[in-house]
Amino acid sequence: MKWLVWALFASASVASATPPVQSVSPYAVVGDAIEKSLTGQAGDPSRGAELIQQRHKSLCVLCHSGPFPDPHLQGTLAPDLTGIGERLSAGQLRLRIVDMKRLKPDSIMPTYYGIVTNGKDTRIAEGWRDKPVLTAEEIEDLVAYLRTLRP
Amino acid sequence: MIRLVLLSLLACASIGVAAEIPPQDRRSGFEFMSPQTQAMQSEETSNPGMLWVADGERLFGEPQGSADKSCASCHAEAPKSMRGVAARYPTFDEETKRPIDLMGRINQCRVKRQGAASLAYQSDELLALAAYVAYQSHGMPIAPPADSRLQPFRENGRAWYEQRLGQLQLSCAACHDDRWGARLGGSVIPQGHPTGYPLYRLEWQNMGSLQRRLRGCLVGVRAQPFDFGAPEYVDIELFLMERAKGLKMETPAVRP
Ligand code: HEC
Ligand code: HEC
Repeated sequence: MKWLVWALFASASVASATPPVQSVSPYAVVGDAIEKSLTGQAGDPSRGAELIQQRHKSLCVLCHSGPFPDPHLQGTLAPDLTGIGERLSAGQLRLRIVDMKRLKPDSIMPTYYGIVTNGKDTRIAEGWRDKPVLTAEEIEDLVAYLRTLRP
Repeated sequence: MIRLVLLSLLACASIGVAAEIPPQDRRSGFEFMSPQTQAMQSEETSNPGMLWVADGERLFGEPQGSADKSCASCHAEAPKSMRGVAARYPTFDEETKRPIDLMGRINQCRVKRQGAASLAYQSDELLALAAYVAYQSHGMPIAPPADSRLQPFRENGRAWYEQRLGQLQLSCAACHDDRWGARLGGSVIPQGHPTGYPLYRLEWQNMGSLQRRLRGCLVGVRAQPFDFGAPEYVDIELFLMERAKGLKMETPAVRP
């Protein structure tokens, strides 16, 4: 039942100003989480720790602050991720990285696992077309790392 | 079904159009800079953009092209003839029946009246001429012309400004209307006003046009930038100038 509500919510947000986002390979949303690993395997927290700091690749620290190096280069556009592993389960973290807009259609957080349809209104740059921002493996690494952030 | 309709209404409402910045809260990018960078702009002797202004003054008086005329042959005494011009650009061009920006007009004069080749947007010559002309409006309030023919183009500029763009699906408004003053990585997000162009940007270590700046923001959201000189940039500038109405012209500004 809960699932149905999220599914409706998701299709409603697609019907609005945001262009359609296709998922890369299907995943099931239950409540506010994706319980199953996108790769079927657990991610590597040390690779996740590396990736979260790569401001040109994962982009996370452009918006979020947290217990990462170079605090003066961290953004103030999003919640601090310190202790996030205590507040959110792996499944909840996964859905937020995969597609925050399912929970909050007007979120500025990019959809990391989904393909935005290119067109004259969306103007995806050539090198970024037809691919998600991060791969399933990379998202699993981030989930594994964020789970280690406990106060 | 009813639920679907309700939910789609909800989604539309929450996506809503970003709130515009009330006029009394509008602030130039200058005010978000460090005191050192502000001083660099304010002191003409330390402002690197003044080199382009000086160069522009020289070029303004130099005969060019098959007509062997200089800008000054038609527009004597730039401090008088060019005063306030940049503060009201882009303006409606009778010839093409669409708005034209300052650099576009300078190139139009070169080709049509001087019989010379047009200059590239990022060339030192065009930056210098535009900086010299815009410098004649330094300190004057931005005053977009009340010309109803500009309105559809300005609306098109606004539509681009509000559109989610690129792989990251962010709009200009999401940053510059809703989140100015906050930090994106190490940079403070300014309100995105076009008050200082062409300007000297420390990150570029060079002078650059407004179009180069807009290109940077487009590339940042992983959108395909428009080509230099594209009409979309002029439409966006038209909208930005209306949005910055009353703010003072700062050319040549300095930005981090
Ligand atoms: C362009 C801005 C932006 C980027 C980039 C971004 N986020 Fe977010 N994120 C947000 C915002 C804003 C929120 C809060 C929810 C909202 O208002 O949309 C959020 C929420 C979250 C949350 C939930 C936090 C909580 O307290 O509930 C997690 C977890 C998260 N982001 C992780 C990440 C990770 C990991 C990355 C990089 C792979 C990332 N974010 C990149 C803007 C961003
Ligand atoms: C994700 C955030 C973000 C988005 C989206 C964005 N900008 Fe910017 N913009 C910035 C930041 C940050 C700066 C300050 C310069 C810097 O450090 O890169 C800036 C600078 C500017 C400036 C220069 C202001 C000055 O004082 O000189 C203008 C103009 C501008 N942006 C317009 C736009 C337009 C138009 C769009 C949409 C096509 C846009 N921006 C999209 C973050 C953004």
